[in-house]
Amino acid sequence: MTSYLLTGGRVVDPVSGTDAVADVSIADGKISSVGGKSGAADDTIDCAGLVIIPGLVDMHTHLREPGREDEETIASGSAAAAAGGFTAICAMPNTDPVADSASVVEMVWAAGREAGLVEVVPAGALSKGLEGKEMSDIGEMARSMATVKLFTDDGKGVQDALFVRRTMEYLMAFDGIYAEHCEDAALAEGGQMHEGDRSMSLGLRGIPAEAEELMAARDIALARLTGCRLHLLHISTAGTVELVRRAKADGIAVTAEATPHHFSLTDAVLETYDPNAKVNPPLRTETDRQAIIKGLADGTIDSIATDHAPHADHEKDQEISYAPPGLIGLETALALTLTNLVEPGHLTLAQAVERLSVAPARILGLDGQGGPIEAGAAANLCVFDPEAAWTVDPNALESKSNNTPFAGQTLKGKVVHTFFRGRRTAAAGIVQSEVFV
Amino acid sequence: MIEHLLSMDQLSREDITEILDTAESLRQMTDRPIKKLPTLRGRTVCNLFYEASTRTRISFELAAKRLSADVINFSADSKSSVSKGESLKDTAWTLEAMGVDAIVVRHGSSGAPHQLAGWVKAKVINAGDGAHEHPTQALLDLFSIREHFKDLSGLKVAIVGDILHSRVARSNVKGLVTMGADVILVGPPTLIPKQAEGWGAKLVYDLDSVIEDVDVCYLLRVQRERLSEQLFPSLREYSAMWGLDKRRMDRMKDDALVMHPGPMNRGVEIAADVSESSRSIILDQVSNGLAVRMSLLYLMLGGRDEIEEAS
Repeated sequence: MTSYLLTGGRVVDPVSGTDAVADVSIADGKISSVGGKSGAADDTIDCAGLVIIPGLVDMHTHLREPGREDEETIASGSAAAAAGGFTAICAMPNTDPVADSASVVEMVWAAGREAGLVEVVPAGALSKGLEGKEMSDIGEMARSMATVKLFTDDGKGVQDALFVRRTMEYLMAFDGIYAEHCEDAALAEGGQMHEGDRSMSLGLRGIPAEAEELMAARDIALARLTGCRLHLLHISTAGTVELVRRAKADGIAVTAEATPHHFSLTDAVLETYDPNAKVNPPLRTETDRQAIIKGLADGTIDSIATDHAPHADHEKDQEISYAPPGLIGLETALALTLTNLVEPGHLTLAQAVERLSVAPARILGLDGQGGPIEAGAAANLCVFDPEAAWTVDPNALESKSNNTPFAGQTLKGKVVHTFFRGRRTAAAGIVQSEVFV
Repeated sequence: MIEHLLSMDQLSREDITEILDTAESLRQMTDRPIKKLPTLRGRTVCNLFYEASTRTRISFELAAKRLSADVINFSADSKSSVSKGESLKDTAWTLEAMGVDAIVVRHGSSGAPHQLAGWVKAKVINAGDGAHEHPTQALLDLFSIREHFKDLSGLKVAIVGDILHSRVARSNVKGLVTMGADVILVGPPTLIPKQAEGWGAKLVYDLDSVIEDVDVCYLLRVQRERLSEQLFPSLREYSAMWGLDKRRMDRMKDDALVMHPGPMNRGVEIAADVSESSRSIILDQVSNGLAVRMSLLYLMLGGRDEIEEAS
């Protein structure tokens, strides 16, 4: 295994509280030293001017395999993740077949290991076929090779409150996390974008903020009732941020994530009817965007997650009401965080690293992910150039799909190297998949 | 003149006045025994209709033909390539490859004309998209109102019915507000989004409270599928509360007008005797549609330049 010496980089590790220029050496999959003396290495990489942080952890990735390998595969999604600085990604279960049994989650887990670029952490469905009626094989998935921790019917909310209650109770036997895509189906029916002035004027059916907030409030109440750990996926409204803030103050075991697109964009981008800006939950108002930023800054929102959702060009490139919702995010997450949160001073760099790596690793219980950067720890690292400006070109991204509303935008901050268990998975921004063949 | 006509937002007061004035002179010409003008000879206009339509499609077809353009009608029905799964983009490119100069598009999905305009070089005219806009309907309505009142500014216009789902309402509110009219939106709260106040309109739930003050009572079609969505209890109740019957009509000002974009549900939003009364200008709206669409094609496809060059 190649050993590395990263010289002159700024190490930012919120776990150990480090923020200093230090040499980092990597050998045998682990960090062998930080600062101080370091021995000779096979490969010395000049990291002057670069920042070294724990590898990013995405709690919310759609890899589309099995079922839609034309849009993304576990291998191509892993490559996109490595290029984006990630060392672990949580694969959402809304595949075809749905990941509602041990055999499917084990297949995803094994294919992730095969690809070898990041740790692929399969999530399991809460209900069979994501239908919200019968419990999936929760225990078998938890006890499988894939050791599923996070369970969700993401893509839609679970509508039946009794099903939610029973599932939360049952999950506690396995220390599972109940993760919700908060969306009341009846209120959101047929919705194309956030309901508000813009949807009314554009003549597109809206999804009111309340469709999310009602379900978030219900789940928080049921988490209090059952004691189950609750994670709210991709929260998008000021009201939901407030619900989470209050729930945390009340001591309820709730965590939440928000996406880069929800802290970067508002429903204003729908003025052009761009199907790439159609996403669930929808892009909201400026007030909501500011509330998400504030929630990320004060820790109400624990984690930044991408909700990376690849879609084929021919499906996105049609009338907006026919186009499926979702956008790709693995390769723009860090740059959007740096450009829209750190650069304007909403979050410190250390806070950003906390939300992108430390917190999601902690919530998912991933050993060796999310820092610390110290001798003996697993060498899962992201090295980025904070000053590099780059323009998003969907065709240049590793993801098989091109659906990003950020195409053509110039962002600041670019991943240069990613190390996963001591192996370099991205070098000078190029994925190193041949290393593992 | 604008490149594409997608929304009434694009048109200033001056633009609207120019379109209406041109429509007026074109109409005088078509009152002659030979109704055809050579202006758009050699130009091709495609009517691309993804939704059933009688009056709008025929009106555009006739408008283009009266200006001597070649007209292609493409309806996305069971006999077309769309039934074989062809996308809007591919259909647009196919039409472009055949060299059409303008595409008049009607589509059930809001924004489809916007998207189309991004894919083709031809000029795109929105003939109704989802619940978004129907700008040529608004223009012909403005034309029809102007015929009676000369000046639109200061007029009180009530638009009654399903504002929430109506493209006609959106375009009309924008056009009327641009021209300085006072717009009142009337109907059940389930069909009158509060955001419509942001368009510069006043929202009223009680038709009887405004019927005596308005210069125009514009009734929108009640779509029967709204019943199943529980937006109001019954057609009977809708009709009693927001329908225009003779009793209500008789309370209107002497010179006030009744309008409807068609097709009408007689006995629901409008009583038969109201639609046929002397206040009703519903058929004028239809014939004015032809003049307004001729005017638009003429202005957008460069008819004006040619005439100016020749003179």
